[in-house]
Amino acid sequence: MGLIEKILQGDQKAAAKLISKIEDEPTSALEELKVLKERIVPVHTLGITGPPGVGKSTLIARLIERYREKNKKVGVLAIDPSSPFTGGALLGDRIRMQMHSPDEGVFIRSMATRGQLGGLSRATAKAVKVLTGWGADVVVVETVGVGQDEVEVMRVADTIVVVLSPGLGDDIQMMKAGILEIGDIFVINKIDQGETGHLERNLELVRPGREREGWVPAIIKTIAVKGSGIDELHQKIEEHRKYCGKPREVERADED
Amino acid sequence: MRKKIRVLIAKPGLDGHDRGAKVVARALRDAGMEVIYTGIRQTAEQIVNTAIQEDVDCLGLSILSGAHLKLFPKIVKLLKKRGGKNILIFGGGIIPSEDIPELKSMGVSKIFGPGTKTQGIIDFIKTQIDADGKRR
Ligand SMILES: Nc1nc2c(ncn2[C@@H]2O[C@H](COP(=O)(O)OP(=O)(O)OP(=O)(O)O)[C@@H](O)[C@H]2O)c(=O)[nH]1
Ligand SMILES: [Mg+2]
Repeated sequence: MGLIEKILQGDQKAAAKLISKIEDEPTSALEELKVLKERIVPVHTLGITGPPGVGKSTLIARLIERYREKNKKVGVLAIDPSSPFTGGALLGDRIRMQMHSPDEGVFIRSMATRGQLGGLSRATAKAVKVLTGWGADVVVVETVGVGQDEVEVMRVADTIVVVLSPGLGDDIQMMKAGILEIGDIFVINKIDQGETGHLERNLELVRPGREREGWVPAIIKTIAVKGSGIDELHQKIEEHRKYCGKPREVERADED
Repeated sequence: MRKKIRVLIAKPGLDGHDRGAKVVARALRDAGMEVIYTGIRQTAEQIVNTAIQEDVDCLGLSILSGAHLKLFPKIVKLLKKRGGKNILIFGGGIIPSEDIPELKSMGVSKIFGPGTKTQGIIDFIKTQIDADGKRR
């Protein structure tokens, strides 16, 4: 059986191998991707972005619980930066999601940026397709911890969640022109760690950024470590999924 | 382009000391590898599923709890079952030298004792992976 057939039957190893091939030998993987693309229907892709350490991975671990309760298979691509000097990377997002590793219905893949700017790696959009082929009902993409103008995630995600934390109140002003513009949903996580009023007021000033009709970006407060606010977040994500309609093809990000 | 070496550093067993594992993870990163670190108290299932999904070339297990003769075989067996038999496995931690032959016979390529220089681990991985191109 060929690699693609195996992937389509839900073989994790085959899917993992194809993702590596896309990362290591992008040109020779094109043919397989073409075959794969003809066999899949795009699924809802959720982008989780925000500054370093705000709790993106912890939130994803919680969202996985919600999806699994509904028996949805979840693919996760977690991006961390490569060192510009050595090319090495310490991929640590997965630590927060390890409770899901024994679950056959969850596929988590850590990816290093390998010199790509913008918050994702070059292979991310294509890896979304691989996880779709594997059977994911939803694919979650965690960007590297971003500053402000790393907005590549908007090219792969249908729904973008921008995660912030209470301490960022003043920094928000400076982020105006960046990731704040791409948020469909804003999460203020770690509300156990400080007053959120300042951040909320600043956030109100900058939203809504992205031009859209009939959708007002929501602000949701969470404590990811305790699991509070997650139901509300999950609900809002589902609302946005329905608002989006058909998941997009992610063609644009595919062109390179 | 040279393929990236991907390594999973895992800490099975019940003890909670991962200083050594973290030092190794950082050293391998600084040597240009992509290192997945998954934290302490990992079960065999968690480690093996992670190794498969992350398509690692190499799995480093750190064990201080003395449960190596129980944990290593479990992980090696499960890994083979899941199709990961080409993954290079090494171990580190406190492992009595009389146990090493048994571990090697079950498929652990090398055991690094306490006080091992990280450069030794880097050299070992690079040499093994260069020597065995078909691992990829
Ligand atoms: N107090 C508190 N700590 C939290 C909360 N959510 C996450 N944390 C902690 O914040 C730290 C960072 O969490 P991560 O989930 O790794 O954050 P991240 O945004 O994925 O980090 P990077 O990927 O490195 O940018 C961890 O120690 C979490 O346990 C929260 O709601 N409250
Ligand atoms: Mg993270």
